Amino acid sequence: MEQLLANPYVQPLILTAVIILVFPLVAGYIVLAERKVLADLQVRLGPMRVGPYGVLQPLADALKLMLKEDIIPSRADKWIFWLAPVLSTFTALSAFAVLPLSDRFYVADVNIGILFILAMSSIGALGLILGGWSANSKYSLMGSLRAAAQMVSYEVPLGFATVTAIMCAGTLSMQGVIQSQFERGVWGAFDNFGLMLIPTALFIIAGTAETNRAPFDLPEAESELVAGFHTEYSGFRWALFFLAEYAAIVVISSLCVTLFFGGWLRPFPNVAFLELPLSTVFPVALFALIALGCLKGVPRQAIFGFKLVMLALTGAFLLLAAMFALPVTNEIVIGLFWFVLKLAVMVYLFIWYRGTFPRFRYDQLMDVGWKWLIPISMGGLILNGVVQLLARS
Amino acid sequence: MAATTLVPPPVQDDTFLDSNELVLNMGPQHPSTHGVLRVILKLDGETVLGADCVIGYLHRGVEKIAENRTYQQFAPYVDRMDYVAAVSNGLGYCLAVEKLLDVEIPPRAQAVRVILTELNRLASHLLWLGTHALDIGAITPVFLCFREREEVLSIFEKYCGARLTTHAFRIGGLQYETYDTFEKDCLAVCDLMQEKVKEYHDLLTGNRIWVRRTTGVGILNAADCKDYGVTGPVLRAAGVPWDLRKAQPYSGYEKYDFEIPTAKNGDTFDRYIVRMQEMEQSCRIIRQAVESIPEGPIKGKVGKVIKPPPGEAYVSIEAPKGELGYFVVSDGSLNPYRLRVRPPSFVNLGALDKMCRGTLVADVVAIIGTIDIVLGEVDR
Repeated sequence: MEQLLANPYVQPLILTAVIILVFPLVAGYIVLAERKVLADLQVRLGPMRVGPYGVLQPLADALKLMLKEDIIPSRADKWIFWLAPVLSTFTALSAFAVLPLSDRFYVADVNIGILFILAMSSIGALGLILGGWSANSKYSLMGSLRAAAQMVSYEVPLGFATVTAIMCAGTLSMQGVIQSQFERGVWGAFDNFGLMLIPTALFIIAGTAETNRAPFDLPEAESELVAGFHTEYSGFRWALFFLAEYAAIVVISSLCVTLFFGGWLRPFPNVAFLELPLSTVFPVALFALIALGCLKGVPRQAIFGFKLVMLALTGAFLLLAAMFALPVTNEIVIGLFWFVLKLAVMVYLFIWYRGTFPRFRYDQLMDVGWKWLIPISMGGLILNGVVQLLARS
Repeated sequence: MAATTLVPPPVQDDTFLDSNELVLNMGPQHPSTHGVLRVILKLDGETVLGADCVIGYLHRGVEKIAENRTYQQFAPYVDRMDYVAAVSNGLGYCLAVEKLLDVEIPPRAQAVRVILTELNRLASHLLWLGTHALDIGAITPVFLCFREREEVLSIFEKYCGARLTTHAFRIGGLQYETYDTFEKDCLAVCDLMQEKVKEYHDLLTGNRIWVRRTTGVGILNAADCKDYGVTGPVLRAAGVPWDLRKAQPYSGYEKYDFEIPTAKNGDTFDRYIVRMQEMEQSCRIIRQAVESIPEGPIKGKVGKVIKPPPGEAYVSIEAPKGELGYFVVSDGSLNPYRLRVRPPSFVNLGALDKMCRGTLVADVVAIIGTIDIVLGEVDR
């Protein structure tokens, strides 16, 4: 057993399998979180029927999508129609390979990790374009044309912002970027006397556009193009596109967290006296409070099964709290905790945008991209380069 | 003889074989055509070269039904035309028949009619705002608007039992006396609206994306409005202060002090601002009407059987969407001989092509939203 674990291929393979198996569920719960947060912004309750407070909704949705009829339009280009969602999902999930989930959970730490992620997200756009084109529907075609233009335009400021962060860190390896932030004692976003905030903001804006999220959700613009590039998709193929979209959100958010917000490092990683309150007390208190909330929810449920689900949730969160309370297990999971927490904040931001902003128009999107974001990101790069050169020499 | 059929049809215009143009069929099943409107768009890339409306998917022959119903029997049918502003429809129809009958409406009934009609204007504009914002991609305002609209609808429900197709008025006045807390509820809605309109302004008017999406989109100037016969907020946004409540007051509107909001440019943003201000003005009218509501009977002197003398009458009112006219011809029998409706949605929709040309696909849905159509009224 120990010999097996020592093999350098075993741990990455296990982690890959876990990611591929667990991520659809995670995506389902991101969808649930999105629906709940949006509902909260919109004076509604959101899903409430499947399980207590709708916690089992993703399972029901997944089941429904798998059982739906699989329709391929008769005029569609069948192979490409089949290939497009696969390509989107494959590339989005591939990018997970280099994500530094914590100091010990990662599939690979390659020396061009950031380039790999950018490359994969570029190929992901091809899935959208092919999907819209192969369906042989005018709405789909317009959606994919928009996707092509948008992805190409917004990759440029995204690239410039990334380059600025790389310049600051001095490495292309994801773990290396985090390591450099630890050494410099400051998150990437606040480096260079706060000037790095410019690329940070640009990265978040361009990242939103890159993942086709509101207010840049033009490729699927439901009020104009019905559903844009996936108008003709249904059932499981549609679910794959959805999976790819949420995977892309997680990947872009992870990249942002890694480059600008310290990855799996806790806030103020160099201040020693914050170790106990931030690494032990905070997570334990957080999960204990959630467990308490779940426990209080038990008597409110009318159905016995729902009471059991709430009790199980209480138990699960208590277990998590206990895990962070014990020093042995704390050491293993604390990095993951901070990474996921930061990721959750980013995902919340994406959902918040969607609840707040109207959608851009196609020409305005190009306008913002080429006339504002690209010049500002170039300026940010030069400014940061000069400041860095002066400050570090 | 058969040889001629083998000749291909003559090429109609130079663009016949031009592959740059794309004909896109939008609707009748489309999320943003507000029902069953079908728009055939001719596109060059994303630019709209022309838009052709195909209507009639919701045609029920309301005008013909009127000829086979008595005057009272037909009254509920008018609610099914502009179902978003059923009270206004009822008022227009009642006023037209009352003009034929030459009957005087008691002041109390008039005041209650004004209150309910203005409340309905609030409900209609709230629905417009929510769906218009939804078309432009802001998904939150629709829920906020429905929250406030609920308050208005609950007043209707308490008053006459129905929320949407109210049938609130009867020929000659009102069927029901107001309920006990009617005045209090109306004032509460006014207070609520004044507060919430600010919230909508915070959410949309100050939003740069919203301003960019609406400014300069779908411009219709005053001369075009006149050519197309466009009325209502669309006309007022082009700078013409034409409001039938002021121009030819009915139902006692001359007693109330209110302004006609206008704007200059006649674009989508101006129409948005005009409607927002109209909501505030409606609150103002409701307040005055509630505070000065007179006591007295609620029904004028009309018999059980309504049998107007032969003749014809046209009455138009300022419905939330524009000039709503009813033309009733009587031959002295129990049924109208002919009834014709001048629906604001239908007439305003005629200007869609003019407003859409040269804009982008995304603007088409914004323009359909800003005209504020209800297909029940367009198709009748």
